[in-house]
Amino acid sequence: MKILVAVKRVIDYNVQIRVKEDGSGVVTDNVKMSTNPPDDNAIEEAVKIKEAGKAKEIVVITIGEEKAQETVRKALAVGADRGIHVKVDNVIEPLAVSKILKKIVEKENPDLVFMGKQAIDDDCNQTGQMLAALLNWPQATFASKIEVKDNALEVTREIDEGLETIEVNVPAIVTCDLRLNEPRYASLPNIMKAKKKPIEQINASDLGVDINPRIEQIKVEEPPKRKAGIKVASVEELVQKLKNEAKVI
Amino acid sequence: MSVLLIAEHNNKEVRPFTYNAITAASQINDDLHVLVLGHQADDVAKSISEVPNVKKVIHVDNEIYENYIAENYTAAIIKHAENYSHIVSSANTFGKNLMPRIAALLDTSQVSDIIKVISEDTFLRPIYAGNAFATVKSNDKKKCVTIRPTSFDPADKSGGSAEITKSDPAEASSSTKFLKKEEVKSDRPELGTARIVISGGRGMQNGENFKLISDIADKLNAAIGASRAAVDAGYITNDHQVGQTGKVVVPDLYIAVGISGAIQHLAGMKESKVIVAINKDGEAPIFSVADYGLEADLFEALPQFLSELNKLNTIQK
Repeated sequence: MKILVAVKRVIDYNVQIRVKEDGSGVVTDNVKMSTNPPDDNAIEEAVKIKEAGKAKEIVVITIGEEKAQETVRKALAVGADRGIHVKVDNVIEPLAVSKILKKIVEKENPDLVFMGKQAIDDDCNQTGQMLAALLNWPQATFASKIEVKDNALEVTREIDEGLETIEVNVPAIVTCDLRLNEPRYASLPNIMKAKKKPIEQINASDLGVDINPRIEQIKVEEPPKRKAGIKVASVEELVQKLKNEAKVI
Repeated sequence: MSVLLIAEHNNKEVRPFTYNAITAASQINDDLHVLVLGHQADDVAKSISEVPNVKKVIHVDNEIYENYIAENYTAAIIKHAENYSHIVSSANTFGKNLMPRIAALLDTSQVSDIIKVISEDTFLRPIYAGNAFATVKSNDKKKCVTIRPTSFDPADKSGGSAEITKSDPAEASSSTKFLKKEEVKSDRPELGTARIVISGGRGMQNGENFKLISDIADKLNAAIGASRAAVDAGYITNDHQVGQTGKVVVPDLYIAVGISGAIQHLAGMKESKVIVAINKDGEAPIFSVADYGLEADLFEALPQFLSELNKLNTIQK
């Protein structure tokens, strides 16, 4: 099997983001960036499947500006075999991302496409499902367990009510939850080796897909602030405040 | 044009967030139709038809809709889409799984997880785990929108009598098979709609210690939540997770116990009306959003909390 894993470069999850004063977005200059966390789980799962002898090749792809290559390099250092970087200058919407990914899938013919269930910047939670629709492939979203069978996957999905298990035929799209696995760190020798692995660069404009925005971002603002609270000295005081001041119990 | 809402249900009962989504959908346009895809789901179609905001119910009944297989649902929804300007659903795991599949086939850029309807084409939605709010305008002809249920009140459930139309199923997908669902049954209120939520984090140290939380939850008729750290550590199951990648809750009272307050957790609870934090680290970020902070060892504070509650003559339920 061949697995394509899609990764996105986002503001690091530990960074407290700042909204630009002109309302045009959030500050990204001189801000620490890293791989979208559940995308790391997607890479890890692909590597584990390859280590179990059930996959031959892992191709990792990212779509973004020049620096987005860092996320590909990181994936190569933990076990992906080669990379693809589709260059775009601006932020594009999940629909456009899935159209680009469809083109790459048609070229690469993977059996599986893995990615994180959601990017922690725009919080859209769309790309995997959209790609599945465009390819007319089955989808297994929010995966917390994947079992590879003959020409099928058994996937346990995290849903609001608990867990659901489905079987999808290959080829299929899987979007990964954070509890799917524990992503590994790259060792120094592997980081050095990854520098020699190939990354193919493609300009999005050469793929012949419409990536123009359909959604206008009118304004980005800070959410309303909560007023500062107080510290209570004892459990007794806390219960009295909840009963008599906040009147919630 | 009209709005088509996809109902979430278990073939017997309407799932509660459908009512919140109905409120939002009817703010987009009051000609609201609801599509019920299910198996032997007549009771569901009837319940929805009684919601005053609903003008029409389309009911498609077939065994292929017994479970939420997105591939099967999508094919049925696409059949009806051409009559509508908006297709909407709630932004929980049901709608998140389903809606993008529909949007892509309609060549529409979806607007996810809206918290406010500004006009038919303009919505407010949180980004970066709720650390920023974006006002966005969709320029697609047909709009696909998911609704954050906790940002809208549930619609009235009775008094209406919308027409119920039966419609034929679409083709089923042969490449996806439902195997099983492990639902966690509980006598407690649902996490997403509970008036009081008490959550534990890594500070609980193990799963057994969640008994301290459940004792208080019983007393307050509260739902039990957890931070991602507690779920990852295996103290409690994933359906309890509150946060950016778990559930978003907006209870009247949220009690965070042994939770430091990572950005991802705050995203799921900081809109709660009253927030209490109990943590032994006085510098924990959770205190920055708490109305009442108690710097204390939770293993001493929780039993005391229970005994103080027991002293009260009355407790609101």
